[in-house]
Amino acid sequence: MKFHRPLILLAGALAIFAAVSPIDFGIDGLAIGDHLWSRMVFSLLGIASLRDSQDTPQPANAAWNVPFATLLAAVEIVELAHMDGARGWGFFCAVGAVWLCAWRSVDIIVERTPKLGKRARFMRILAPFVFGVTLLVLWEALTLSLGVPKVILPAPSAILFRLVTSVPTMAADFVQTVQGIAAGYLIGCGAGVVVAILIDRMPFLQRGLLPLGNLFSALPIVGVAPIMVMWFGFDWPSKAAVVVIMTFFPMLVNTVAGLAAAGHMELDLMKTYGASYRQTLLYLRLPSALPFMFNGLKINSTLAFIGAIVAEFFGTPIVGMGFRINTEVGRMNIDMVWATIVVAGVAGSLFYALLAAVERRATFWHASYRQGA
Amino acid sequence: MLTSLWQGKTLPVLTVCAIITVFWYLGSIWLNADMQRMLFENNGNPSYSTAELIEGTLSQEKPKLPTPLQILAELNKTVLETAPTSKRSLVYHGSVTLSATLLGFLIGSSLGMALAIVVVHSKSLDRSLMPWVVASQTIPIIALAPMIVVIMNQFEVTGLLPKAVIAAYLSFFPVTVGMVKGLRSPDPLQLDLMRTYSANQIQTFLKLRVPASMPFLFASLKVAVAASLVGTVVAELTKSEDGGFGARLLGGSYYGQTIQIWAALFAAAACAWVLVSLVGVVDRVVTRSMGARP
Repeated sequence: MKFHRPLILLAGALAIFAAVSPIDFGIDGLAIGDHLWSRMVFSLLGIASLRDSQDTPQPANAAWNVPFATLLAAVEIVELAHMDGARGWGFFCAVGAVWLCAWRSVDIIVERTPKLGKRARFMRILAPFVFGVTLLVLWEALTLSLGVPKVILPAPSAILFRLVTSVPTMAADFVQTVQGIAAGYLIGCGAGVVVAILIDRMPFLQRGLLPLGNLFSALPIVGVAPIMVMWFGFDWPSKAAVVVIMTFFPMLVNTVAGLAAAGHMELDLMKTYGASYRQTLLYLRLPSALPFMFNGLKINSTLAFIGAIVAEFFGTPIVGMGFRINTEVGRMNIDMVWATIVVAGVAGSLFYALLAAVERRATFWHASYRQGA
Repeated sequence: MLTSLWQGKTLPVLTVCAIITVFWYLGSIWLNADMQRMLFENNGNPSYSTAELIEGTLSQEKPKLPTPLQILAELNKTVLETAPTSKRSLVYHGSVTLSATLLGFLIGSSLGMALAIVVVHSKSLDRSLMPWVVASQTIPIIALAPMIVVIMNQFEVTGLLPKAVIAAYLSFFPVTVGMVKGLRSPDPLQLDLMRTYSANQIQTFLKLRVPASMPFLFASLKVAVAASLVGTVVAELTKSEDGGFGARLLGGSYYGQTIQIWAALFAAAACAWVLVSLVGVVDRVVTRSMGARP
């Protein structure tokens, strides 16, 4: 693929241009002479990308020039964005150059990722990481330098500052919401598994429950939140109840499907051993249902967060992540809203990752983990 | 005849529905009994019979758990007997919700498909962007809904669009993930066959990858349309002045109108079911026209 060439050429031109243009209109007016270090970094980026755009074969150790120069320049534009006064066009050229070069850097990382090994695993994480950091850098540089009002889109640094300075509030919100999520998740998933085992010997009921369960998962169940708030009060039990209702059916459907997953050969083998129903269930069918059950648990981890947060929109004591989002939006404290969303997002994906790790341990024998490892 | 009923799905589903209805009525009686006792005592009628008590629990005005019949009566009143233009009509609220849902679903799923096509053809985007799209499935992005509504309000974007945007971003991610999976689903043998035909990239894409992706696409479209409806309803909690099912839920919870909440919930569920079935119908038509064997 050669279509990156004109883009990287453009990036080089932008960077060189940035190095010799007014970067900053300080409080006193135009200031071209200073920012020597920034200008050096931008020229470095320009040279690296112009060399990268050449056809001539390059020494192997030159491949990482562009990513390194991009990193330096990214630090520089974030630092410049934080200064007082208005930015000159040189700054915006530098932002453009950094964006294009970050794109190219991801390309370089992907091109140089080996197929297997520790290095491959590291590079596979590095690519999305670089993408995410680029997004944050552009967000930070542009919101600050263009003076985007805080009530529309606060800069990432402002969000981080809010997150760090209001740890006690965040922690209280988190504990409040997670109480509901944890209780509801355990009860809902537990009940799903128990009911699935109870109706295991009743294929008639299974045939009735499965279509209803599938239908149920498409319905906007979060709507029961106001009813649960009326029944169980404002505190976390009502949120737990919403989570129970949301998580029950996915778990039931997945467990029933999982219990049917044991192969004929294995079942026959259990029969030749003279195993009882309970033994077959415990030693064969439940273990072979595990991949399905983990699937249900993973689906439910997201549903539980959604259920609890939306339920808090309907009424809570004055604490909780959903409550915080709803009230701070009303007060135009958008940075607080973002901070809460960050906490919810990180908690959600950490919980998911935890489930995935447990699944890996528990179902190491399953086909999806056997290959390649 | 009887055995086919027994072995099919209709009878079991009906049985389960009947069991749920029975439990529902028992629940209504149990949950509403306290309130009914209080009502009787306040009316100076402390000597009531059990039959009177049960009858009372099933016909309260603001019951803790309304009976299915009460909900059906409310649905009948607000859907059939009220003019669709009136703000008391569920048809009016339903049309508000459905128009935002459908607009958002169309925007979100088209963007999702477009992104999937780009991702399948760009290795760097696949490696750098897709992990984020997949990770976004594990976080409650619906928490962004109130903020989007309020921020768009500041730009004086009102009406359908803010809700549609939320519906769009909720449907966007599942469609992208499903479509990428689908476009990747042809196995190396089939791709090799296309190469022996000396098909170019566009031909391979149109004749092999797109048809192969259809089952995956429609499976995720079903998830996406349900998610857009949820997104719209949640958006309507913040933006309740325009009406919609979400506004109905919120209004009902303010004034303790439980029957109204349940009716809105049932209507929303019916809409979700209709939307998912519609996607299912389109699924069957499209996959058949692309040569899927039924």
